[in-house]
Amino acid sequence: MQELQTVEKVILKENTKMFQFKENCRRFIRSNPIGTISIGFILLVILISVLAPIIAPYDPVLQNRQSILIGPNGTHILGTDELGRDVFSRIVYGSRISLLVGFSAVVFSMIFGIFFGVVSGYFGGVIDMIVQRIMDAIMSIPSLILALFIAALLGPAIQNVIIALVIVETPRFARIVRGEMLRIRETNYVEASRSIGSSVFRIIWKHAIPNMGAPIIVLASLAFGQSIIAEASLSFLGIGTPPPNPSWGLMLSDASRFMETAPWLVLFPGLALALCVLAFNLLGDALRDFLDPKISSKK
Amino acid sequence: MAKESGVLLQVDKMKTVFQTQSGYIEAVNGISFHIKKGETVAIVGESGSGKSVSAMSILRLLEKSGKVSSGRILFKDINLNELSDEEIRKVRGKEIAMIFQDPMSCLDPVYTIGDQIIEAIKIHEDLPKKEYYSRAVELLQLVGLPDAKARMSIYPHQLSGGQRQRVMIAIALACRPNLIIADEPTTALDVTVQAQIMELLKKLQTELGTAIILVTHDLGVVAEMADRVVVVYAGQVVEESNVIDLFNKPEHPYTEALLQSVPRIETNKNERLMAIKGSVPSLYDMPTGCRFHPRCPYASEICRQEEPPLMNLGENHYSKCWIKEKDIKKVMQNVNHNEQEDIEIIDSPHFGKHQNKKILEVHGLKKYFPITKGFFSRTVGYVRAVDGLSFDIHEGETLGLVGESGCGKSTSGRLITSLLKPTGGSVTFNGQDISRINRHALKKVRQRIQFVFQDPYSTLNPRMTVGDIIGEPLEVHRLVKGTEKYARIVELLETVGLTRNDIQKFPHQFSGGQRQRIGIARALATEPDLLICDEAVSALDVSVQAQILNLLRDLQQKLGLSYLFISHDLNVVKYISHRVCVMYLGEIVEIADSEVLFQNPLHPYSQALISAVPIPDPEGKSERIILEGEVPSPSNPPSGCKFHTRCLIATDTCQTQQPDLKEVSPGHKVACHNY
Repeated sequence: MQELQTVEKVILKENTKMFQFKENCRRFIRSNPIGTISIGFILLVILISVLAPIIAPYDPVLQNRQSILIGPNGTHILGTDELGRDVFSRIVYGSRISLLVGFSAVVFSMIFGIFFGVVSGYFGGVIDMIVQRIMDAIMSIPSLILALFIAALLGPAIQNVIIALVIVETPRFARIVRGEMLRIRETNYVEASRSIGSSVFRIIWKHAIPNMGAPIIVLASLAFGQSIIAEASLSFLGIGTPPPNPSWGLMLSDASRFMETAPWLVLFPGLALALCVLAFNLLGDALRDFLDPKISSKK
Repeated sequence: MAKESGVLLQVDKMKTVFQTQSGYIEAVNGISFHIKKGETVAIVGESGSGKSVSAMSILRLLEKSGKVSSGRILFKDINLNELSDEEIRKVRGKEIAMIFQDPMSCLDPVYTIGDQIIEAIKIHEDLPKKEYYSRAVELLQLVGLPDAKARMSIYPHQLSGGQRQRVMIAIALACRPNLIIADEPTTALDVTVQAQIMELLKKLQTELGTAIILVTHDLGVVAEMADRVVVVYAGQVVEESNVIDLFNKPEHPYTEALLQSVPRIETNKNERLMAIKGSVPSLYDMPTGCRFHPRCPYASEICRQEEPPLMNLGENHYSKCWIKEKDIKKVMQNVNHNEQEDIEIIDSPHFGKHQNKKILEVHGLKKYFPITKGFFSRTVGYVRAVDGLSFDIHEGETLGLVGESGCGKSTSGRLITSLLKPTGGSVTFNGQDISRINRHALKKVRQRIQFVFQDPYSTLNPRMTVGDIIGEPLEVHRLVKGTEKYARIVELLETVGLTRNDIQKFPHQFSGGQRQRIGIARALATEPDLLICDEAVSALDVSVQAQILNLLRDLQQKLGLSYLFISHDLNVVKYISHRVCVMYLGEIVEIADSEVLFQNPLHPYSQALISAVPIPDPEGKSERIILEGEVPSPSNPPSGCKFHTRCLIATDTCQTQQPDLKEVSPGHKVACHNY
């Protein structure tokens, strides 16, 4: 009997959480067509990057001296570059780098941001002072210039680009998390939990972090887009992804010399980059509207 | 309702709808009433009954998504519902003015109060510049703000709550309107200030002949103020009558139950409160037939099927109920009473006895919050929130702690549970001084002292299921695990009157009363000895409040719990407590058995406080002691007896010497120089 009850409990719990998730998805699709399209596009990009070896017709770094700077045609649907590499294959493989950089930068800056934000917001006082002043200092430098500086210091490599972006993005997360932490620290359910004897760790883990999800998700989605564009910018300037890796920024950089003779070299990687960033930004906006109860109730 | 002479406002079958994601919902469903010149009509109902929406509908002050969909609102024979926006703007303020609940947020903080009053006049009247000023000063004098000229150039934050409400009233009166709609005008105020404002409104009404629509949930205020009463439930009028008939022979079962569910000063403590089962239905899910039938003890088949009309019972007494034959009702009532008595008899082994051993002793408890200033956070003074508090609680006893806002009662509760560290004094729990123990020992003590909070909406983490919420203390203290834990959670849910199916739901799926039950279940999880209930029923509707009070008393019976019951509501405290402490500015001014205190209060503050409580009986209007002014700031308390600034019998000694808490008769202590 007892065991039955636990099973029943687990199932019921799964049901409601699953049900709620499905219900929320349905509501999101109905109220946010643009956000839904963005999610669709992002999923497509992820799929392409995962299946890159199957989708790409050529090796992205394979040079072919016979066919350089050919415009889009039957064999090379998006044409070839100055070394005869297939542009379509390079764009497909390039999505891997963009997503890798975006994802790692967001995940790590989120982890560090949450850590610093929570510590700063919960304990306050001198710790808060010190952490926030450091964050202020980082934020006071224009982010691309800072990333440029760090990347230049560490040398061109994908992991260095990620490190630079994490340093740039962390303060934004820390700021938002600190604000949320200050709010949540004063809520009654935190006090209620303190009154039953919960530890600090428990309060932060069980009560604070689950309740600051909405702004973090929104920020993460916006930061994802920004990281992709920052990676492209750094690669464009030659201190990001090292050649011959197919990064979109690097492709744009190489193509700039042939802008007039071979415009497809600029057009297609540029388009891929723009659409990808746009999708993340639109998703961020849609999520912000959706997750903010004040805005969504007006509709 | 035939149109009578002197009718100022006639609301006729008004329906108000709101557009939501899931279509239109009807907040007000065909409300009709009228008000004559110089009359006070009270609209009474619980939260969600549509009383405020009705009031806002009259002036079309609804949010964008809401509108009056049908019906007529005739004001001096003009249908307000058909006016253009420009035309209705001329009615607002000029003909019909509003007073809102929260005077803190209704005044613009960047303008002086003089400017705000003058603005109200300017909108509707074209006068020479000097006259605006003199009119505004006049208005401030009218609402009893002393030193009106000097106050003209003051900003809202420099005034206290009661003074701000006076300014709001002055703005409402600016153009001498014929009708004032007062939406819960005294709800946000302390009882002694509430008494002042009610006096003021009554005085102004006799002087100016203004009609008042009073929207409130407080039956005491209704009995004090109203001539006629309209009771609304679920967006409909269920009863309308003059105030005396309504209180003496309520016709509708809802009115009847509502009157019985409020604890009064004279309510017998050994009786259970008459609670209305369930809660106010949601607008999304209205019952068929009579909207009250799921909660009505007399409900029969016809009530479930068909909606009753508003029936005329003579003498302008209307009731929306199928049961009109008094005799039938009586018979049914008897049947019903028998049923109820079977379940609801309480006899109390613990009640009234406190020879038991002391469970909590508080001695000289102090909490000073530093006031800091400047870049280096220099301490420039202290807020003396709690200033030398001493009392004790026996096993199985309920000690009530009453006082107005800012007197330190909530701080005291938090000090006892060590949610705040005391500045001085000691708290001894079961013989152990808990104000100076380490974290580990404190965790053990927290298992034995639990807290029930005021606001059932914000004390439950919205992202946790009910099972997780109630299970949290079990996890924190590593009491039980796995299936045992599940069994314990179910047991707790059933103890507080919820079911096992509720375990996987989230807090937002419950009503206020049910959430408070969840809060109580969480507090009971560790099998504590002492519960601190900080305004535990203040946020609830009266019908639900009675359920929770009954539950708390049942639990005390069953589990032998002790309570520290903190509240500003004297009737509730009187009903539930064995002994009561009265606090003023962080100090206890009087402590006595609750019967003794309410019958024979000795301290002038206790006397005033008790007399200021509005009594839900229109004929029993007793002489009231109206205190001047408001509670002084605890950062700069008066010298000597802290109450001397407002005391009617203060002498020179009171200004210089602080009185001690003296025992005047066994168990009755008072801090006053007169005893």
